[in-house]
Amino acid sequence: MSYKNRFVFSLVVSLPLLVEMFLAPFGYHIPGGDWGEFLLATAVMLVSAGPFVRSAWAAFKHHHANMDTLVAIGTSTAYLYSIYAMLNHQAVFYESAALVVTLILLGQVFEERMKHSANGAVKKLLDLQAKDAEVLRDGKLVMLPLDQVVMGDVIRVKPGQKVAVDGVITEGKSTLDESMVTGESMPVEKSVGDAVIGSTMNNTGTFMFKVNKLGKDTLLSQIVEMVKKAQTSHAPIEKMVDKISNIFVPTVLITSIITFMAWYVFFGATVGQALIFMVAVLIIACPCALGIATPTALMVGTGRSAKLGILIKNGEALEAANKVKTVVFDKTGTITVGKPKVTDVIGDERMVLSVAASLEKSSEHPLASAILERAESNDLSFVEATDFQAIEGKGVQAMVDGKLAFVGNDKLLQDHKLGPQLKDRMTALQTEAKTVVIVGLDDQIIGLIAIQDAPKQSSMNAIAQLKQRGLRTVMLTGDNKLVAEAIAKQVGIDDVIADVLPGDKADHVKDLQENGPVAFVGDGINDAPALTTADVGIAMGSGTDIAIESGGIVLVKNNLEDVVQALALSEKTFSRIKMNLFWAFIYNALGIPIAAGVFATLGLTLSPELAGLGMALSSLSVVANSLLLNKVKLTSNAKERVVA
Amino acid sequence: MDKLVVLIGGITLIAFIGWWFFGKHQSAAVDAQVTEKQQRARVSVDGGYTPSTLILKKGIPAQITFNRKDPSNCLEQVVFEDFGINQFLPQGQDQIIDIDTSKAGEFNYACGMNMFHGKVVVK
Repeated sequence: MSYKNRFVFSLVVSLPLLVEMFLAPFGYHIPGGDWGEFLLATAVMLVSAGPFVRSAWAAFKHHHANMDTLVAIGTSTAYLYSIYAMLNHQAVFYESAALVVTLILLGQVFEERMKHSANGAVKKLLDLQAKDAEVLRDGKLVMLPLDQVVMGDVIRVKPGQKVAVDGVITEGKSTLDESMVTGESMPVEKSVGDAVIGSTMNNTGTFMFKVNKLGKDTLLSQIVEMVKKAQTSHAPIEKMVDKISNIFVPTVLITSIITFMAWYVFFGATVGQALIFMVAVLIIACPCALGIATPTALMVGTGRSAKLGILIKNGEALEAANKVKTVVFDKTGTITVGKPKVTDVIGDERMVLSVAASLEKSSEHPLASAILERAESNDLSFVEATDFQAIEGKGVQAMVDGKLAFVGNDKLLQDHKLGPQLKDRMTALQTEAKTVVIVGLDDQIIGLIAIQDAPKQSSMNAIAQLKQRGLRTVMLTGDNKLVAEAIAKQVGIDDVIADVLPGDKADHVKDLQENGPVAFVGDGINDAPALTTADVGIAMGSGTDIAIESGGIVLVKNNLEDVVQALALSEKTFSRIKMNLFWAFIYNALGIPIAAGVFATLGLTLSPELAGLGMALSSLSVVANSLLLNKVKLTSNAKERVVA
Repeated sequence: MDKLVVLIGGITLIAFIGWWFFGKHQSAAVDAQVTEKQQRARVSVDGGYTPSTLILKKGIPAQITFNRKDPSNCLEQVVFEDFGINQFLPQGQDQIIDIDTSKAGEFNYACGMNMFHGKVVVK
């Protein structure tokens, strides 16, 4: 029988008992007197309380005790004693047993409902998935269910349709609403070559795309997987709670026995009076409130953040994010757009570019692609380079046309001289926040290439908001100090650590940790060690898989303002957890002594019925408090879309 | 006289509760049934998990069938933190849960409130 049915049954059956409780002073009694009460209470005990007893016994055999143990012992004691008292013509309290069962079941019914709504985030995400797709097969478009779509299929998406899986547009263009997956509230324009995300909504145009990710590899599936893991994870703060809940119920049992002994043996109460105190102690103690304090808040908090495109991976990351004092940013791709462009070429442009392009052709460095792009737009043909050699931390060298050519950063100046004129130009370019690449041929520096990577629009806002929260902001970059400082000034970052070798990022994070917990925000492969070293690693979603693996928080949208949101959400969630735990503890710490009759001399006691109501309310208040996380305001300019 | 009996009885009961709940009580670990392609095991959920420790072989896909007999909502969910599994167990029905056995190790699971515990050992 479900909790709801058990509740309804016990409510109906114990109603006459409740009526009698209030009307007894006016001379109303249930037909049959004590025996009438006995019949009603017996029905409640058998039907509604039976499962409590059964569970309690099953747990007892495993050396366990839980809420059911307390309810079962409490109500059975009241019920069995009443039978004894009835046979000996003493006062009975059948109504206590029946009403306590009813009230506790009421609490359980509500708790069940609220827990389901706390659990809804993952289900809502999964519901987003399209059911079928229009696939190109043998030159014809056919409607196929999603499970028949294979890698490499070409799918057509019409306006108003959902993109079925992840892929790349091969034909046509459109604007897409990606808010349901990434949290991005503005429609995004996409054309040939752009990636589309499964389960997003196509708005205006018709396009074809080639499938490149299916099933559990799609972004949505990965997000769902991450949210699931986050919701089942535990926050470090729970360790203490677990320790307490392991001994909680047996301790309450012992307390209740002591209560009975104290009242009966030392204070001369009757067996009936002493039993009432004992039962009240058993009923008021609620391990549920303690048990659900953290999981419900974690579930609601991580679920809500997922809707905003912020994936908090586990309770540990959430708790750590809440304590952060310093936020460290990687520069390229995090503060800046990550798509550098060549702005100036000093020296013989064709010559400089062609040498540089020859050397950078096989490199995957973002600066290299900027140089190649510029060379291609100038229609330069570049010479084949051989004998590539990396110059550690400085650049590369190779043979071009039988001569030794080199390309790299200003550390190359340790080995090569730069004329005073070029030196001035270089400093000037660097203070304009442009990265300068030195190009040399045959032991001579032949020119400079200035490359600029503009800060993201969101960077300035994000950093201002972080400062408002009282956090120190630091930029960590392998770039030259002048360039780094120029960018830092543009976006308002406090401190700059420049000229950092890729392998040293983690060490710098460690140094910063001496002044308090550090969050590191980054996206590149070389950021992975720093992401892991930091107390909280925040990986940008545009980043590489390895960065996303290493981060404790992943920002799907690649928008720096989400760093602020992520920290705000963590703080809000964590403060809910603390609030929940506080109430759960206070409730028990105050409730148990009152129920035991410690304050009886002051006239403050608790009947078992009120204790039952208290137990129901305590876990309800905890779940309600967690659910309120869905309504909490985050930052002033939070753009949140309500996922229906 | 009555009071003395109550006092002695109460103290005995307290001692029993302490021993029964806080004392060390061992339960045996059980191996899963292994065929070449599959391994299966059953866990009965009734006031705890029986068997509470399951041993699985690494690399063979595993399925654990949970059957909840206990009517209490304390045990209505089973949570494998390491695998991101949070599964509702309908009362009186078999619920199959797939376990990733690609990595060896001890994986604890618990009820939704982390009060009842079980363990899967992959080796």
